[in-house]
Order: sequence, then C-alpha cells, then structure tokens
Amino acid sequence: MKHRIAVTVNGKEREAEVEPRLLLVHFLRDNLGLTGTHIGCDTSQCGACTIHLDGKAVKSCTLFAVQAQGHELKTIEGLAAPDGELHPIQQAFWDEHGLQCGYCTPGFIMAAAYLLDQNPSPSEDDIKKGLEGNLCRCTGYVNIIKAVQTASRTMSGAAQAQPAASGA
Amino acid sequence: MIPAAFEYARAGSVQEAASLLQKHGEDAKVLAGGHSLIPLMRLRLAQPSALIDINGLKELDYIHVEGGRLRLGALTRHVTIQHSAEVRQNLPLLADIASEVGDNQVRNMGTIGGVFAHADSAGDYPTLALMLDAEVVTDRRRIPAREFFQDLFTTPLEADELVCEVSFPVAPGSHRYIKFRRRLFDWAIVGAGAQQVDGGWRVGLTNCGPTPVRCTAVERALSEGASVADAAERAADGLSPSGDLRASPEYKKHLATVLVRRAVEQAQTG
Ligand SMILES: Cc1cc2nc3c(=O)[nH]c(=O)nc-3n(C[C@H](O)[C@H](O)[C@H](O)COP(=O)(O)OP(=O)(O)OC[C@H]3O[C@@H](n4cnc5c(N)ncnc54)[C@H](O)[C@@H]3O)c2cc1C
Ligand code: FES
Ligand code: FES
Repeated sequence: MKHRIAVTVNGKEREAEVEPRLLLVHFLRDNLGLTGTHIGCDTSQCGACTIHLDGKAVKSCTLFAVQAQGHELKTIEGLAAPDGELHPIQQAFWDEHGLQCGYCTPGFIMAAAYLLDQNPSPSEDDIKKGLEGNLCRCTGYVNIIKAVQTASRTMSGAAQAQPAASGA
Repeated sequence: MIPAAFEYARAGSVQEAASLLQKHGEDAKVLAGGHSLIPLMRLRLAQPSALIDINGLKELDYIHVEGGRLRLGALTRHVTIQHSAEVRQNLPLLADIASEVGDNQVRNMGTIGGVFAHADSAGDYPTLALMLDAEVVTDRRRIPAREFFQDLFTTPLEADELVCEVSFPVAPGSHRYIKFRRRLFDWAIVGAGAQQVDGGWRVGLTNCGPTPVRCTAVERALSEGASVADAAERAADGLSPSGDLRASPEYKKHLATVLVRRAVEQAQTG
C-alpha cells in the first residue's frame, strides 16, 4: 500500500505517494530530481548520501521516505544562496581543492555543515572525528580537512562581522 | 539495492505498537533508528512483512536518574546519550561508549533499544550492560542482561514484545572502554571495558563470542590482588571467538588480553 507524505525540502513543501520500501535517497533523486545527493554504497558506510533531517546529518540511504513525513530536509541543492553564491563551505572546498572526482563531496559538505553547526571552531581532531562517517577514495582527506578549517574561519569571521555591522 | 516490499504503520503508543505487531504476525518488525535493520533489508538479508515505526513514541525517549539507577527509554538516540549531562555524571562510561558508536550520522538515528533488541555480537552497550547487571525492561517484564543475550542476534524477546527501557545501576567510578578497529567508524574488532564498582572491578569484552562476555576470572584475580598484567592474561580464559574478515580467533584472544590490560590501566590512571 502506498502512503501519502508531506515534507519540506530545501524550504519547499513537497507531497507524494510513496511505497514504504522507497529509500529517502531514491525519493530525493528519482522523485524530486535532486541528484546532488549521491549513493556510494549498499552498506550505510560511505556517507555520500548525507543530508540534514531537522538540522541533523543523516544518511538518506538508511531511512525510508515514509519516515520523513512531516519533517524538514535539506540537501546540497539547498545550501547555496538563491542568487547562486556558494555557501562558505562549498567555496572553501573549491578554494582548498577539497575534491577530485567530486563523488563524495555533497556528502562531505553536508556532514561538515552539521559539524560546524555543532562546533563552529573545531580542532583538526574534531574535524576528523566529525567526518568519520564519510569516505573519499581520491583526495586522501588532507584538503578536505583544510577546506573545513577555512570554512570555519570564514563563517566565524562572518558571524563576528555581522553584529559589528548592525551596531554601526 | 532495493529492499523487498513490506507494509508500514506508525504506532501512536506502546500498546498500539504491540497490537500492530500482533496484527501483522510473526514477520513484522519494529522500526526504531533503522541503522541495523535497513542495511540488512537493503541486502535482503532481512525481509520483514511489515514495519511498525515507533519513532513517534516520545514516551520512550527519556533519561531518568532515580533510586541509584540510570534509566534510558528505548528510543533514546546515541547522540543524546553521548551529550547527556545525567549520563556523564552517573555513568560516564556509557557516554564514552555512545560517542564511539558508528559516526555522527549513525548516532543521530540509532537508538539504545535497537542495539539491545538486535543483539549484534559487536554491539558496544551490551558489554557494559552485562558488566553492570543492567536490566532490559519490556512492555511485559524485566530481563537481566545476563539472561538477555542468548546467542548471536538471539534474545528472549517475543515477536510482539517491545523493549521500552534499559536500566543501569549508577556507576560514577573509574572507567575505560577501548574499541580496537581499523577505521574510526567501524564496529569493534574487539572491545574491552573496565569499570570500578564498590572498590572492585567489572570487566567485559565485545565481539569475542556470539554474545558479550563478562571476564569474571579477571575480576576475581584483581580482587585477590594480582597485578593488572597478570589478571589481564585471564581475559582469554574460556573464550572461543569466531574468526571473521578482520581477525582470526587467535588474534581476537590476543587482543582480549592486551585490551583488558590497557582498559584497567587507563581506568586507574584516569
Ligand atoms: C555504519 C554503521 C556503523 C555502526 N557501528 C556500530 C558500532 O560501532 N557499535 C554499535 O553498537 N552499533 C553500531 N551500529 C549499529 C547502530 O548502533 C544501530 O543503531 C543499532 O544497532 C540498532 O539500533 P536502531 O535503533 O538503529 O534499530 P533498528 O535498526 O531500527 O532495529 C534493529 C532491530 O531491533 C528491533 N528493535 C528496535 N527497537 C526495538 C524495540 N524498542 N523493541 C523491540 N525491538 C526493537 C528491530 O525490529 C530490528 O530487528 C552501526 C551502524 C552503522 C550503519
Ligand atoms: S550511500 Fe553510502 S552511506 Fe548512504
Ligand atoms: S573526491 Fe573522489 S571520492 Fe572524494
């Protein structure tokens, strides 16, 4: 039997009839055409499918779409500004060369966004631990860690600049 | 891969979950965090006829400290246990262990009740439960940890029985859990825990047999004044781990003695 679900994806209300066995990642990719969320494994280990569910990083291959009923989802497509300006984490991955083939990148960026939300100034060890659920076969991780460090600096700079600007 | 088709129903209460399980019969299963069940379904190693989703049952998501016990609702997620001040104060070893279950994404979904019901030999909380004589509370009875883990993936739970709570005695003393693995997010190849309780030691092992293991020979040797190094040699007594892709039985037995020694030593030095 199909189930009706209503979810908010990147700020937009979406409704659909889904079979219970439809994985959330397939719903995002196949039903909504949001193919930025990737599938890298069959064993819930690689993190390529990482999205945010009510602000928490989750592996969208390890939830059924029916479980998202009534929840708020954010995918990599929801990160950049509406005018196309990259999110500071996306920009930092670009600037620090935090990717090669790019397959793992959306998952890493969503995991990093969650990490920086929980801990805006992580140490190198905090970053390694915070990204332990994501695998990259290309970069050797060094530039990914640099990208997160750079993003942390730009984002905390932006956070400090804001109150000063509004006070002026 | 795509899981086999199944019926899906959301439970609005513990009673409703039990009656939905009865209605859908033997092959129906509870869906909690889904982080053991869905991977198995994706590989079609599990093909339940129906999933009863208990994620809406807020009454199973709590942490209480009461009468010398730390009680955790079955739906308490690993991330909540990891960051809980109550757990940190009353049973810090449980918070340490929670922070090393899987990765951030796994901890945001997986639940303590799911770990017990699933009874994987590499599950981390069950070792602590056995060491401390914790209890699993279901919708119909209380089951001591030593009777709960019967075999690999095998517990006394009935098909329509719901785990509602896991209850540990408070134990704020010296402690350490060491998880030996090749990659950060992996399950333990072998895990070893040491917890001081009333001046004595409780010691246990993860993934050294079909169920968690309590190292009573080590505990006894320590209480009789043996050195930690000598006592830890007893960790391999009576152990018959099965080999797997990552470790042979001999290697696991060796790891058991080394990790038990380190766990007790590091617990002592804080
Ligand atoms: C990449 C990865 C790494 C992991 N690493 C570790 C690790 O290092 N250590 C570790 O311990 N675990 C690890 N896990 C497993 C994780 O902790 C799971 O969350 C846990 O084993 C199962 O809990 P769940 O809530 O996800 O249960 P589910 O997957 O929803 O359920 C598991 C089983 O228990 C039953 N069940 C669940 N809740 C109840 C209940 N309240 N009453 C009755 N039956 C119930 C289900 O029907 C099912 O059979 C890992 C998982 C992944 C994907
Ligand atoms: S696709 Fe690999 S963890 Fe989800
Ligand atoms: S850049 Fe290729 S897998 Fe990470």
